[in-house]
Amino acid sequence: MVKIFGFLFDKDTWQEVQGSLKKNTLRSILTMVGVWWGILLLIGLLGSARGIENNFNVLFEDFATNSVFVGGGKTSMPFKGYEEGRPVILRLDDVKKVEENVEGIELVVPRIMGNAVLSRKIFSGSFNTTGDFPILNEVAKPDLTLGRFINQSDIDEQKKVVVISEDVYKQLFEKDEDPIGELISVSKTNFKVIGVFKLVNFGGPQLDVHMPFTTFQQLYNRGDRIDWMMITGKPEYNINQVEADVKLLLKNLKKVNPNDNRAFFGFNLGDRFSQFTGFLKGMQFLTWFVGIATLIAGVFAIGSILLITVKERTKEIGIRRALGATPIMIKRQIIVESVTLAIIAGFIGIISGGVILMLINNAMLNSNEPWMRNPSVSIGMVFLSLLIVVILGTLIGLIPANKATSVKPIDALREE
Amino acid sequence: MLEIKQLHKSYPIGDSHLHVLKGINLLVKEGEMVAIMGSSGSGKSTLLNIIGMLDHADSGDYILDGLPIKNLTEKKAAEYRNKFLGFIFQSFNLINYKNAMENVALPLYYQGMKRKERQELAMFHLEKVGLADWAHHLPKELSGGQNQRVAIARALAANPKLLLADEPTGALDMSTSYEIMEFIQQLNDEGKTILMVTHEEDIANMCKRIIRLRDGVIMEDTTIKQVRAKQHV
Repeated sequence: MVKIFGFLFDKDTWQEVQGSLKKNTLRSILTMVGVWWGILLLIGLLGSARGIENNFNVLFEDFATNSVFVGGGKTSMPFKGYEEGRPVILRLDDVKKVEENVEGIELVVPRIMGNAVLSRKIFSGSFNTTGDFPILNEVAKPDLTLGRFINQSDIDEQKKVVVISEDVYKQLFEKDEDPIGELISVSKTNFKVIGVFKLVNFGGPQLDVHMPFTTFQQLYNRGDRIDWMMITGKPEYNINQVEADVKLLLKNLKKVNPNDNRAFFGFNLGDRFSQFTGFLKGMQFLTWFVGIATLIAGVFAIGSILLITVKERTKEIGIRRALGATPIMIKRQIIVESVTLAIIAGFIGIISGGVILMLINNAMLNSNEPWMRNPSVSIGMVFLSLLIVVILGTLIGLIPANKATSVKPIDALREE
Repeated sequence: MLEIKQLHKSYPIGDSHLHVLKGINLLVKEGEMVAIMGSSGSGKSTLLNIIGMLDHADSGDYILDGLPIKNLTEKKAAEYRNKFLGFIFQSFNLINYKNAMENVALPLYYQGMKRKERQELAMFHLEKVGLADWAHHLPKELSGGQNQRVAIARALAANPKLLLADEPTGALDMSTSYEIMEFIQQLNDEGKTILMVTHEEDIANMCKRIIRLRDGVIMEDTTIKQVRAKQHV
């Protein structure tokens, strides 16, 4: 090994390479553009994909991803004497039955939704309201920016308190006003603001106002009706199976045709989550594909330009051979030139890719709605891409290297 | 030093062959200074290239310093060229992005000599051709005569047994030509064996022996009284 690669540690080898690359600075630079661009693309895209993934993970961090929402709809089939089109109403005791009877359930959180006009001083707006239990924290933790969430004593005492979204805050309060402890009117009843949260939405209605479940029941006079329940499965259970079991149980309880798919609506967060991660995986695959394809194109550019260079240098190579350079010496010098160009281009690509990711990161940090978080590539990726560049550079260098020594020295010397 | 027997060489031209060398016999002793003359197409350059191992003969023997030169691999040929031969070309053939010293040091680089040693040696030879002060100039910054002197220094660098010169003065004016010839004569005086292709009578007369080729055969082989270049300068 030392014998074969020893020349790499010889200062003279590099002096020779430096000499011939410096001789044609412009050409060397142009040669590198392809590889530089390939690496830049690879690093930039991989980093961005990672940034999107990171952001996505943070968004989902507060949500149990193995969860499903189930709510009542309308029957679409007649069953046991009931006509179709009958609304299916869920009640609090259904929650208990689901909890007790379905295998693999961790938590069932009942929720109820309404609509209210919120007003304060001269500001007002219409928002969706929900009646919630503190246990909501366990499945879909609101991203609180101020104050606290609903607690058990709010429930027990039916306190008139609300946790509002930042949107509500912006609409009802002056800029920089402290909302905590302030009163706002919800359907003409005064409520005290106890917290502000950041909305995260995965589709469905935007839920801006949380109030204690019991308070909600009283305010809207809903009795023990609920609108939907959020169900989380134990980690070892498949959430799709849990969803199916829950629906089957509810169909039984509500006397709904087991084949009726419209009687309950469901929103499977687990499904959504795996869809998204699948999308991210696809994006990463695409990134590698595009990046490596570009890299290959870039390395080919180096190869073809070196091929031209070798043609131009036929005479020089002839002189070198007349002076005693063996074909191997000539070949390895050209390969080293190829690899050197590729590595330099690769390094510049990595650095400029890093700079771009930094700029994106800064832009995201300053943005109100960042869709990337900490876009970055691992050091392993960097090494891997450099390794690819070195391997491709060597392989492609073989072509001009063989070309260089295929001409007889006597013909090479005659070349003008 | 050099022995050639029944050397033949032909080049394919289309379907036929151009017979360039038709049985050359040549014996050159150590310390000789031989001019090979002939009109273009006489085969003089081909002969020099075969002697220089840049080309190989179709048949015949070539023995250099007791070593038969036959069926050489490219690698072996490169090693022999490096060890035994010094080349001087009409168009100097210096590497244009290397300075004088680096050009002179190049054969030594291919010998695997250490950087410092070969730079010292290169400087020694540059000094010998009177260009020590120009060591760090690029070929384009030097005159034709200076370039040829750098090329001579390079040819001498590896201390070869035989110097081969292909029209060494072909690209130079008369007075520079004589300067270079004076220098080559000096090398010969010091004992170097020199083989030179030229078509100029006055240059040939500065050698010690003239071989005239015509149509691939030696027509005339005469030992002459050397004209010293110094008289003309």
